This record gives sequence, structure tokens and C-alpha cells, in this order.
Amino acid sequence: MSQFELLSRYGPRMLEGLLITIELVAISVTLGALIAVPVALARLSASRMLRALALGYSFFFRGTPLLAQLFLVYYGSGEFRSFFESIGLWWLFRDAFFCALLTFTLNTGAYQSEILRGAIRAVPRGQSEAAMSLGMKPRWIMLRVVLPQALVIGLRPLGNEVILMIKGSAVAAIITVFDLMGATRLAFARSFDITVYLYAAVLYLVLVETLRRLWDILERRLTRHVVRAAP
Amino acid sequence: MEQLFGLLSFGPDGWGDEIAAGAWLTLRLAAATLPFGLVLGFAVALARNSHRTWLSVAGNAFATVFRGLPELLTLFIVYYGGQILVQRIASLVADEYVEVNGFVAGLVALGLVFAAYASEVFLGAFRSIGRGQFEGAAALGLRWPAAMRVVIVPQLVRLALPGLANLWLVLLKETSLVSIIALNDLLRETSVAVGATKEPFFFYLVACLIYLAMSIVSSFGIVGIERWSDRGMKR
Repeated sequence: MSQFELLSRYGPRMLEGLLITIELVAISVTLGALIAVPVALARLSASRMLRALALGYSFFFRGTPLLAQLFLVYYGSGEFRSFFESIGLWWLFRDAFFCALLTFTLNTGAYQSEILRGAIRAVPRGQSEAAMSLGMKPRWIMLRVVLPQALVIGLRPLGNEVILMIKGSAVAAIITVFDLMGATRLAFARSFDITVYLYAAVLYLVLVETLRRLWDILERRLTRHVVRAAP
Repeated sequence: MEQLFGLLSFGPDGWGDEIAAGAWLTLRLAAATLPFGLVLGFAVALARNSHRTWLSVAGNAFATVFRGLPELLTLFIVYYGGQILVQRIASLVADEYVEVNGFVAGLVALGLVFAAYASEVFLGAFRSIGRGQFEGAAALGLRWPAAMRVVIVPQLVRLALPGLANLWLVLLKETSLVSIIALNDLLRETSVAVGATKEPFFFYLVACLIYLAMSIVSSFGIVGIERWSDRGMKR
């Protein structure tokens, strides 16, 4: 089969797969961020219970392979089928895409909470002390003074985490999600032409590089008020 | 519950021995990948640091590609691509079918990714050593290999260690991908057990806990190594 034929037959499907990869990563990173904020706050809280719970969550998801987590959710949920049916959620857990989304969200939530925790601790103490002396309530100090600065500090590691998630999302193909990797695997199984993997490699590289460039622009824009020392 | 733990027993009825063998393979693969990845990563870092343009361009391209590709894709390209390559070479010599060893394919793929990230760590360490050290070594009349050996590398090890320790933990988890190319690692043996017992949640949870235990033991080891490499530092 010529390269042209190969691309015209499997190219559209791989591009659709690329969209699914983007969708999977975008949704899970966003939902993961929503998990990360309370978990990071719990890890910094005064309550020992909350700290232990948050640590346990982040430890489990950062210490085990994403693929094993995916199998645990996707195959493991089948064991609780009657339970999920009774609460009317079985249709969700039956779906490979949803299971991948859930696993990735929990996984990236754990990593993001760690990034956020580090960033919150990196905000100088004087900031919250000054806010306290102005009579701000602790909740508002966190929301208006500490978190906004922490988000800027955490921007670069967060960008790296998104890239890791793009790469990691390829394992969804193993549980029959037709993301870019899944579509490519199918194309390879039908054509036995190794070049489909090379085309997929190019697509992943373009995706990751684009994101890296966009993130640089975003970072420059969000830190434009910070005075930089001359290089 | 007791019945579930009975499934983990060693012997003909339990899956304990199979899973232990899988865990052993996982550890062997990670341990075999480490030296390959370290040496290659160091070489790539030297190339990226080089004054020769073609070397630094090649080094940077290597790092960009293998840090940007999904590890799973790298593994497939090495495994299937290697198969085709080996087959072509073999057909020149004899008319035989040669199969690529899954362990070697896994080692090469994981090693390439490890090297790409490790080169980044080494490069950062090179930068923080400072030019004065290179210049001082040159002023003492040390040639490049000697300067590397007695001046730069001893400092480099200490600076690069935290980053490399992180990469080791990542590597340990990434070995799970080889289960997809039918290598009997921890995750694959677990899947076999699941297929036979229909207890996915329990077995995958056990596998996760074994990976966790490996990470915890590694962390202790890393703390020990870091203390050793910091022994000359005054706090």
C-alpha cells in the first residue's frame, strides 16, 4: 500500500482520535484541578484527619502506575455491577471512555494537588501576615491573597503535568478507547505498516510542542507584572 | 475475605507465586534499564552541552522527541520496528524467523525515555556547577577526561541525584507498560490471575499495593544514597 493510500484510509480516523485525546486530557485536567484545590488545602490544614486522608489519596495515585489504576477502575467496577445498577450509574462505568476519564481525573488531581501545595507554601509568609494585619478573614486571605500568587508559581509545573497527561492518556487505548493511540493501533492491526506509528508520533509531538509554546505565551502574559532581572 | 486472601497463597491453587514472579521481573527490568538509561542520558547531556553544533542539535532533538512521545508509543515503535529491522538483517544471513525479545524491547524503549529526561537533569547539574570549576581544572593542567573524573562528576552526582531519584520512581511505574507486549511483569501476571479468578478489583488492588511498596522501599534507599552523597557538605 502506498503512503498516500495508507493516509487516506486511516488518516481521518487518526485525526478523530487526536480530537478524543485532546478531549480526554482537557476534561480530566480541568476536573482534576477542581479536586486538587480542596486536596491541597486539606494537606495544609490543621486537622490531622484531613491531612492523612489527603496524603493517602495523593500517595496512592502518585505511587502506582496509571495503567494499573485504569485496570482497577475499568475491570474492577464490573465486580460492583449490581451496586452501580442500583444507583443507576452502571451505564457510565460500562463505558471505557468514562472509566479512562475518571481514572485520569483522579490521577492528575493527585499530581496537581501536590503542585498546588508546593506553590502555596512558596508564597512568602509576609503576604498572609500582611493580609491578617489588615483584618482579612482567613478564608479571604487564602482566596484573594495566597491562591492567586500560588497559581502563578504553579503555572510551569502545571504545564508539565498537562504534557505528562497527554502522553499518559495513550494507555486509554488498551481499554478500547479510540484516542489517537487507539486509532493508530487499529490502523496497524489492519495494515501491518509500521509507518502509522510514526505518523502518530508526529501528531503527538506537534500536540505537545504546541501546548508548550502556548503555555510559554500564557506564562509570559500572566507574569507581566513581575519585574524580571536582566538575563 | 479469607477466600480472597487464599487466592494469594503460593502453590498450585494460589496466585501468590505467579504474582511474585511478575514483581521480580518488573524489578529486574527496571534495574536493567537504569544503567543503560543513565549512560545514554549522560552522553546525550554531553552532546547537548557540546560546542559542535551538529552534536548539540542531535542531542536536543533526541531529548525533545523522547520527552514528547507517549511511552507506550515509543515502546510499540521499538518493539514492532525492531522486529522488522531484526528480520531484515536476519534475512540477509539466513532464511530464519527471528523474534525480538520483549525484555530487550522494553529495556530499550524505557531506557530511551529515561535517557531523555536524565539528560535534562544532568544538564541542569552541569549549569549549577559553574564555569569556574572547568576553568580551575584546566588551569591545573587536567585534560578533559581527568577533569571530568576528579572534578566535575563527583559534584555532578550530588546535584543530579534528587532528579534522578524521581526518574527512578517514574521508571518503576512505567515498566507496567511492557505487560502490553506480552512480557510477564507484575501487571500482566495480575491480569492472568484476574482472567482465571474473575476477581479484578482485589487483584488489581494488590498489584497497586505492590507497586506502592516498591516505591516506598525505593524512597528509603534514595534517602540513604542522598545522605551518602551529601557527606562532604557542610550545612
